[in-house]
Amino acid sequence: MPEQASMREAYGRTLLELGRENPDIVVLDADLCASTMTKYFMQEFPRRSFDVGIAEQNMIGIAAGLAASGKIPFASTFAVFAPGRCFDQIRMSIAQSKLNVKLVVTHGGLSVGEDGTSHQAIEDLSIICSLPGFTVIVPADAIETAAAIRAVATHKGPCYVRLGRPNLPVILDEDYKFEMGKAVTMKPGTDATIIAIGIMVAPALEAAEMLAAENINCRVLNMSTIKPIDQKAVIRAAEETGAIVTAEEHMEHGGLGGTVARILAENRPTPLELIAVRDTYAESGKPAELLERYGLTAKDIARAVGKAIQRKNS
Amino acid sequence: MYNIVTVMTSSDSNKKSSQTSANNAGVFHSHEALENVAKRLRRHIVTMIGKAGSGHPGGSLSAVDIVTMLYWKILRHNPSDPYWPDRDRFILSKGHAAPMLYSALAECGYFPVEELPTLRQIDSRLQGHADRTATPGVEMSSGSLGQGLSFGIGVALAARLDSRDYRTYVLLGDGECNEGQVWEAAMAAPHFHLDNLVAIIDKNGLQIDGPTREIMNTDPMEKKWEAFGWHVIEIDGHDFGKLTEAFNQARMVKRQPTVLIADTIKGKGVSFMENVAGFHGKAPSQEQMETALKELE
Repeated sequence: MPEQASMREAYGRTLLELGRENPDIVVLDADLCASTMTKYFMQEFPRRSFDVGIAEQNMIGIAAGLAASGKIPFASTFAVFAPGRCFDQIRMSIAQSKLNVKLVVTHGGLSVGEDGTSHQAIEDLSIICSLPGFTVIVPADAIETAAAIRAVATHKGPCYVRLGRPNLPVILDEDYKFEMGKAVTMKPGTDATIIAIGIMVAPALEAAEMLAAENINCRVLNMSTIKPIDQKAVIRAAEETGAIVTAEEHMEHGGLGGTVARILAENRPTPLELIAVRDTYAESGKPAELLERYGLTAKDIARAVGKAIQRKNS
Repeated sequence: MYNIVTVMTSSDSNKKSSQTSANNAGVFHSHEALENVAKRLRRHIVTMIGKAGSGHPGGSLSAVDIVTMLYWKILRHNPSDPYWPDRDRFILSKGHAAPMLYSALAECGYFPVEELPTLRQIDSRLQGHADRTATPGVEMSSGSLGQGLSFGIGVALAARLDSRDYRTYVLLGDGECNEGQVWEAAMAAPHFHLDNLVAIIDKNGLQIDGPTREIMNTDPMEKKWEAFGWHVIEIDGHDFGKLTEAFNQARMVKRQPTVLIADTIKGKGVSFMENVAGFHGKAPSQEQMETALKELE
């Protein structure tokens, strides 16, 4: 069993380090600093911290005003509340305005678990990817989280980083170098490609192992930057493996699967299977139970790979 | 001394009527000259919207005197350097009044007055609603109501972090105060003790569907803002003397933000537009435009 670590903890600690390095970094939260882990920064830098209370729309506007005045605001809440609660504010005050705001949201996807539907963001990637100019990143573990947070801090322009609630297996090396907009080949392979994001990268690797036992050699790509997506890596996977499965903890519409489908349709039509939530809301339950019920496990991925390969060969 | 915009008292509206001037603060006091500026802005507004064939004359005309006062007497700004870090910020939250802002910016010299008739046309820098990425001097993209005060809080907080003494002014409509985000921001600004922030409510009493009192009553406006922790000043938004006093008073207020609740007349200056909700978002016809311009001579 690989070591487990918290992405949120990695975010909070990295943000604190960045705060020590760069006085222009400011932090906003909407009454969730102990959950998003902005609390470490807030404790050390109270003057540069703004807890706006339970008012996400206002938080987005304030962040935009700070960015328009030269600050680098990190604004955090749960993924259901931003962009869910404040799409129009993000659209006008950040995206259209081309302002340098970093939205780092936590509790993405079904793995929120027991809190249920109201707290399970499964539409956020689709919403945020529809906004021109946004860079959208879904890290796969705590190490990639820390690296991605450093990258967005120096990137000029609006960024969205989506983190999960539970501890996740650490799958990247300590010296991992994050490159924005570049797919990471987690495992080479020639028979099919699994393209995964966030908490689905670990089960994708597990699925590839299961398939290896059946002599199926599966490539696994971690597409942590979902926008701008590494289009070349997708086309190369289509050319070299001829069968693709996407895996995301998100609705089937407009997220990773939808984006990959567009790239394939425009460039190289290829059998594609989506592992995603199928046009439904979920419910309360343990994260593992929910992932199983809504078809987001290693077994589901392996089955989908089998289907894609069958279509390729038919 | 700071760069400010001064106004020549020339009544020739074809002449460039403003200039930047270093070392020349607050030279301009005559209300008559301000009235002439305001009249020019009103003429621009009617002409621009008439030519464009669409736009929002009512709420542009109601706020002209407030904005004239700000750009010609109150704001510290330099049209040749729109991104000067120490400039006072004017944030137009009611973004549909963009023609009013464009007229003021052009008359100040941010861009040529000749550009005004391009309003709402393809390739124009003058977008239908205020757009910070398109027009020099526009601080914020607005048009979706309710967002400006939050933005202003961010700008005012940045001033404090950087120990800069610029001031931030946000203009909202009274109908706009139906939006919940306005009250999130109204709660936050006193919480952060932002005495460098001034909100101005252009209280013209009308929104698209009719009188604000009938559609969604925002009264008693002054009690609401007071209860949220603001220093409240109620004034006639067309009285330059009262506007001057109010803005000066706001500078003296410490550790809390100030709101000016400015009673105004929607469509002010054009008889057939005054207090008519129908002219919120409707352009005048050619004939109406000519009549309006005659009234504004």
